[in-house]
This record gives sequence, structure tokens and C-alpha cells, in this order.
Amino acid sequence: MKNLMKVASQEEIADHIYEMVLEGELPERMDTPGQFVHVRVDDSTEHVLRRPISIADIDKASSQFTIVYRVEGEGTRKIAKLKTGDTLDILSPLGNGYPLEQNDEVLIVGGGIGVPPLYELSKRLNQMGVTTTHVLGFNSKKDVFYEERFKSLGRTYIATSDGSYGTEGFVTDIIRKLNDPFDCFYACGPKVMLKVLSETMEEGGYISLEERFGCGFGVCYACVCEKTDGNYVKLCTEGPVFKKGEILL
Amino acid sequence: MNSEKLNVNLPGLQLKNPVMPASGCFSFGQEFSKFYDLSKLGAVMIKAATHEERTGNPTPRVAETASGMLNAIGLQNPGVDHIIEHELKYLESYDVPVIANVAGTTIDDYVIVADKISQAPNVHALELNISCPNVKAGGIQFGTNPQTARQLTAAVKAVSDVPVYVKLSPNVTDIVAMAKSIAEVADGITMINTLVGMKLDTNGKPIIANHTGGLSGPAIKPVSLNMIYQVRQHLSDIPIIGMGGISKAADIIDYISAGADAVAVGTMNFTDPYICPSLIEALDNEVSEMDHIHDIKGRAYKSLQGEWV
Repeated sequence: MKNLMKVASQEEIADHIYEMVLEGELPERMDTPGQFVHVRVDDSTEHVLRRPISIADIDKASSQFTIVYRVEGEGTRKIAKLKTGDTLDILSPLGNGYPLEQNDEVLIVGGGIGVPPLYELSKRLNQMGVTTTHVLGFNSKKDVFYEERFKSLGRTYIATSDGSYGTEGFVTDIIRKLNDPFDCFYACGPKVMLKVLSETMEEGGYISLEERFGCGFGVCYACVCEKTDGNYVKLCTEGPVFKKGEILL
Repeated sequence: MNSEKLNVNLPGLQLKNPVMPASGCFSFGQEFSKFYDLSKLGAVMIKAATHEERTGNPTPRVAETASGMLNAIGLQNPGVDHIIEHELKYLESYDVPVIANVAGTTIDDYVIVADKISQAPNVHALELNISCPNVKAGGIQFGTNPQTARQLTAAVKAVSDVPVYVKLSPNVTDIVAMAKSIAEVADGITMINTLVGMKLDTNGKPIIANHTGGLSGPAIKPVSLNMIYQVRQHLSDIPIIGMGGISKAADIIDYISAGADAVAVGTMNFTDPYICPSLIEALDNEVSEMDHIHDIKGRAYKSLQGEWV
């Protein structure tokens, strides 16, 4: 599960948003979109907690996978400085991803740094012949990324909350106007977005949640959330993907 | 192989090596068994058991700090009966003694849990958790008053089938007074639990939902080392399992030098899930020049007393 991966490339693709391509044996064992990797910042003990980052793209043929993350604090700032050829200590693949269901039309909704895992998801669904429509929300024009990638897979709409790019408003403003029937939706993004989607979408769907992680493999009990049935689940091992309505948002 | 040099015998515990994962950082072992064979460990300190199931504190429950982390999990666990039937059963398939961490809000709670869990065949010792800083009632209340702590320990000793170790809190003014009082009744001491701390976000609000959390990791090693060094000089015979920020074999050597008999590894299990077996392997080299790892036990203060050459 623990692997040293080599950095194949890294670049800043939007404001504070970095895309890193990693190379090694891991992609061989990566199967489900929506799973995450747990990244050790460096081999010192300054940062004792790994950083959970979702997998954006898996390319088994070239033994590579891609992560996209936002530089938020000192740890991610250090990761962002890594250069081609540097190595990164990674635990993966962790968590349960999105179920790949054979539908006709699905809606894929991403918000901010919740967008990356949806790319691998959409890619896989398209390979299965599923038609995907993408609605992606960002704060501002400078935060937008992966628009072209999603466009190559299906209809793609962008919303920015300040109106500086695409439609002004939230992803839900776009979805309301779509008027299309979907068999199912897949979402990843801020909790408030997932809550509104879960409440307004008539279709069933899957959402991916975020929480502060400790270990990432189920032992520390840091990332629990409450289910609608009153039980508690660990996001890292039982999630991060759940069925709509399963989690109390 | 220096394996015999690493054998350590303590009340209830025949340790093949003095390295074990600390309570709360290992859950009940199942997840770690995917990484390595748990029989390699000296012992396993399982996550705290309480009488009833506990759902724990609201999230966020953890935050990283410089060379450490804060946690306020709040003793989430499925309750002692479930732990005996499932978690401890699972661990029976490994050749490793279990130290069961016992927590509660009243003396009666501790007694009920201790009575039940000490009867499990693979539980070789108890670790009384009187030092958890993250629960509103019980926990640290018992760990900051020497008389109350001794009283609780005596009540648990009366019902336990196995030796009782008590986990000391560093959040006290006089660790030696605390240790002395407990040592009158306990079979051993484990030290230290976490230090109460806080981290603020950029808006000045505490990140942890509980506001405060327990600080652990390499940042607290100097505190723990000193406390063991102090306690060992006053209590030469009490078994001490030392913990706090161990990340490399040299840290274990430091702990033994300060007077610990064995050590537990906590936070670094999150950073590197393979840390315990790696340390056990590395320790083998550290003792190559010694007859036994305890050759150096207490040398930190013995050298000052002229007993160490």
C-alpha cells in the first residue's frame, strides 16, 4: 500500500491549484474513480499527518496517475515545490470510490477542488457508453480548471459565484435550467453544495465528502460523520463516496 | 539476530521486544494487519474501551501542528462487550499480548470494564486511562489528583485478573507526586498521555470542534523524556512504559536511557503505518554492542550520580 512514486511533471493550472503527474507501480492497483491517495509531505517529522488528495486521472498503460490539489498551508506548499524526478511517499489506493453504473444519461457536478476525481469518473463512464453532462462551479475565473478536459467528454457548463466566467451563480442555478432527465448524478464539492443537490435532485446519486483526516486507513477515528440512520461512519474507509441521503449533511 | 537482547519481562507481559503501538493510534489492530504481521510487535495497546458504546466528539477532531498533532476524538468505541466479542477475538489469531486501555466517567464504569475485559484470554494487562483530556467527565479528572487516582487504581486492582498499569497525564504540576501515589497500588505506569493544546484558523477560531485537543507527536518527546527521568529517580522499581513522539530507534534508546522499561509508538503510526516493525528491526542494530537493551536503562540520571561509567 505504501509506495514511492516519481514525479513525472507538476504545474500550476489555476490559482493555487496544482496538477501533478506521478509515475510508478501504483496505477496498476487503482481501480475505482473517487478513491484517494494519502501523501506524506516529506521524510522529516515536521508534518506528521499525510495529505489526502483525490485521484484525477489514471493511465495504467504509462504507469501514471494524476492528482490535482490546492495549496492551502505549509504542507501543500512544500509538495508544490517538488520537481520532475523527485519522489513522493504515497499510501494508496484508499477509500471507496463511485460505483460505475450502466446508465444512459448522468449528471456530474463538481465544486472547486472537488472537481478533480470527477474527471476520471467521467472518463470511465464515457468508456462504458454513458452520456455525461458536467456542471462545474468555481469562485472566480482564476480558479477555473479542467474545462477543456471535461468538454472532450460531454456537455460542460461552468458557473462562477462572482460571474467573472461562465454563468454567474452556483451549479444549482445551471442545473435548474437544464430541464434534462438524468438517470443518476455524481457530485463532489463543498458540503453546502452537496446538501442543496441532495435536497433538490429528484434523481438518485452519489456524493463524495471531505473531512480532516488523521491516518486515512480507519484507525484514528478523526474523519467520522453521522449517517441519517444515526450511526457513525469513517469517511476514509467507508467513504468518501456515499449514496444520496445516506449521510446527514 | 539480537532478539534475546530485546526481550523484556514486565508484570503480566513477556515482551519479545520493547516496542508496541500506543492506545488510540492503532484502533484494535485489524487495519494494521493489512500492513504487517502483528505478531512482530512486543504488545498491542488497544483503543480505550468504555462500558457503553461512545460516539465521540463532533468534527473536526484532528489538526496538524509543528512536528505534532492535536486530537479530540472523545473515546469513540463500540463498548466493552463488543470489543471482547469481536476486536479481541480477532487479535487472538496473533501471538501478541494485548494491553487493554480502560476508560470511564465514574469509578463504577472503570470497575465494570476492567472486570470484564481482564478476563479475555489475550488481555495480559490493563492500562487505566485517567488522562484523556478530551472528554467532559471522567478521564483526566481522575488523573490530576493523586488521591483520587490511587483510589480508582485500587478499585480496579480489586477486580482485575491481570496487572494494572496507569497512564499518567502530563497536565499536572507535580508528576512525581502523582506517580508515587499511584505506584503504591499499581503494577506499572505508562507515560505520558497528550498535552492539552489548541490551534486557531486564520479567522482566530479554534480548528478542533472541542476547541482543545491532546498534543502528540515528536513535539512532545522532550516533555515525556524529562517526566520519565524525574519519576524513575524516585521510583526505581516501578515498570514504566514510555511514550511521546517516538519516530526512530534513537528515540527508543533515549527513553530507555531516561528510565523506561519499554516504549509505545503513537502518532507516527499515522505518518508511516510500518513504523513499529521498522523500529524493531532498527533496534536490533542499536543493541549489537550491548548484552541487553536494559544495560542502558536509566543511564541519563545514573551518569549524573556517578554510577555510570
